[in-house]
Amino acid sequence: MSAPAIEATGLVKHYGETVALGGLDLEVPVGTVLGMLGPNGAGKTTAVRILTTLLRPDAGRATVAGFDVAEDADRVRSRIGLTGQYAAVDEHLTGHENVTMVGRLSGLGKAQARARADELLDRFGLADAAHRATKGYSGGMRRRLDLAASLVASPDIVFLDEPTTGLDPASRLGLWEVIREVVALGTTVLLTTQYLEEADSLADEILVIDQGREIALGTATKLKADVGGETVAVELVDTSRLEDARAALVGVAGGEVWVDERQGRLSFPAHGDAGRLAATVRALDGAGIAVADLSLRRPSLDDVFLNLTGRAASEAAADAATPTEASVA
Amino acid sequence: MSATSASTTSGRAAAEAARNHKGTIWRDSPIVAIRNLRRVLRQPQIAIFVLIQPIMFVLLFRYVFGTAIPIPGFDYVQYLMPGIIAQTLVFGSATTAIGMTEDMKGGIIDRFRALPMSGGAVMAGRVVSDLAINLVSLVVMVVVGYLVDFRIVTSVGEALLALLLLIGLTLAFSSISAVIGLAVKEPEAAQSAGFIWLFPLTFISSVFVPTAGMPAPLRFFAEQVNPVSHVSNAARALTVDGYLCGTEICTDPTRAVLLSVVWIVGIMVIFVPLSIRMFRRLE
Repeated sequence: MSAPAIEATGLVKHYGETVALGGLDLEVPVGTVLGMLGPNGAGKTTAVRILTTLLRPDAGRATVAGFDVAEDADRVRSRIGLTGQYAAVDEHLTGHENVTMVGRLSGLGKAQARARADELLDRFGLADAAHRATKGYSGGMRRRLDLAASLVASPDIVFLDEPTTGLDPASRLGLWEVIREVVALGTTVLLTTQYLEEADSLADEILVIDQGREIALGTATKLKADVGGETVAVELVDTSRLEDARAALVGVAGGEVWVDERQGRLSFPAHGDAGRLAATVRALDGAGIAVADLSLRRPSLDDVFLNLTGRAASEAAADAATPTEASVA
Repeated sequence: MSATSASTTSGRAAAEAARNHKGTIWRDSPIVAIRNLRRVLRQPQIAIFVLIQPIMFVLLFRYVFGTAIPIPGFDYVQYLMPGIIAQTLVFGSATTAIGMTEDMKGGIIDRFRALPMSGGAVMAGRVVSDLAINLVSLVVMVVVGYLVDFRIVTSVGEALLALLLLIGLTLAFSSISAVIGLAVKEPEAAQSAGFIWLFPLTFISSVFVPTAGMPAPLRFFAEQVNPVSHVSNAARALTVDGYLCGTEICTDPTRAVLLSVVWIVGIMVIFVPLSIRMFRRLE
């Protein structure tokens, strides 16, 4: 087994009284995607800044591509790409000029940097806007450009610090597509996000952090399983028949059936048996009850956060929103 | 894991070129400087400032203040031009602090710092592009000066030496300005921090008026200390043959040139390494 692309042990960073990182460990195998998930102020950006050589930790050490981030910063820098929380592109330069400049400063020759810029802008759907100043770009275009600039030298490892924060849903989905392409090339990715579905959608493994510490680590499936299994959820066409439906489903559920009157929905644990879906349809059909929607519902990662910390992700963000943390971000 | 991320030929070649790359100040400074100049050219308001402000200053001092400032044996415009050019260049160096802070705020500095480029090149590129812009101001002022009867009366060699001193002065003050920018970090703060010290420095000097009439402490500062005075005096001696005599003192051109060089070198020896050190310590 080869050495991990990113490895950190005991990373600590304080800003005065505020503990941004309280001893964080992490490991990202080559070619995988680690999603670092946490609310605002959890320490995600601080961790990324340490791993990308922008910030020195108070304690702990980290290697990226096998090189120590403190001792061998230049070698680390020649192997990584960084896409910032807010897109670090020069708004007075064109998209093409931005990517070319980063390519040149990464060690590419002039013609090579220009050719790479053409290729990447084309791949990320920015060919038409390539020679316009980026201040006219939409938020989604800027993020794609930022990502293109990070990839110009084909880094082994890419850090994406909240790549979709502030984007509208369509742009977010567009950026996810682009990120998946990057991952498909075999690039190791460390992605931070406060969007639970983003980590679920893109990451192989998810590291949930809160107040600078790991609170959970695993695949999305494992984290969800920890919270509880899947449930069968049924919505009726005629919500006045909820009670009839409950009675009809007791046998299928083999236990309690929960009724949510406000949503007009019934649910019960699936106990890992997808066959219960078919049994549910048969039971309701037999009772003459029309089904509007039937689904096997997995717990969301919001449920995960709630389960791990006892508070919703949004509450944790509010707790962390101290002035210090805001200025750090 | 080296080639995994590069599925395309160009991607593999790029990865090859970038691996273990370490930029030098010579390679990276021009890249940064060109980027900075492009930014300026695309912001017409800056270009207008660079052109209009020097013209305005020359005309105001030539035709408003100049009419009330008699210089014995001297045309005021001949006295004014070398000094006002030095003053404009010193003021222009404030753009270094503003440019640095704007880049820090905009996230470009973070991007630069995460690249295997030369850290010194970020500073050098900034100082060089600011110098280029300031030299445009200088040319504009000389042209406007000629339109209002300013004449260089010395040899080409002497005029070039004056130019070199003015370039040195600009570089020296740009390096101070870079340190200010790195210290204050905010563009607004950089703007006001610049003007607070540049106004007294350029006005308590021999730039606009002879120093003989100033109160003793100001006169001492303006005559003996202020590098802007020394460079103005040197430039005056080297362009309009102005060995200016006040009531008690005559400027000695050789001394003015030497003191200018000492100040320029002294400032740069301190502030260039300091700015690079501060840049490397940014977090």
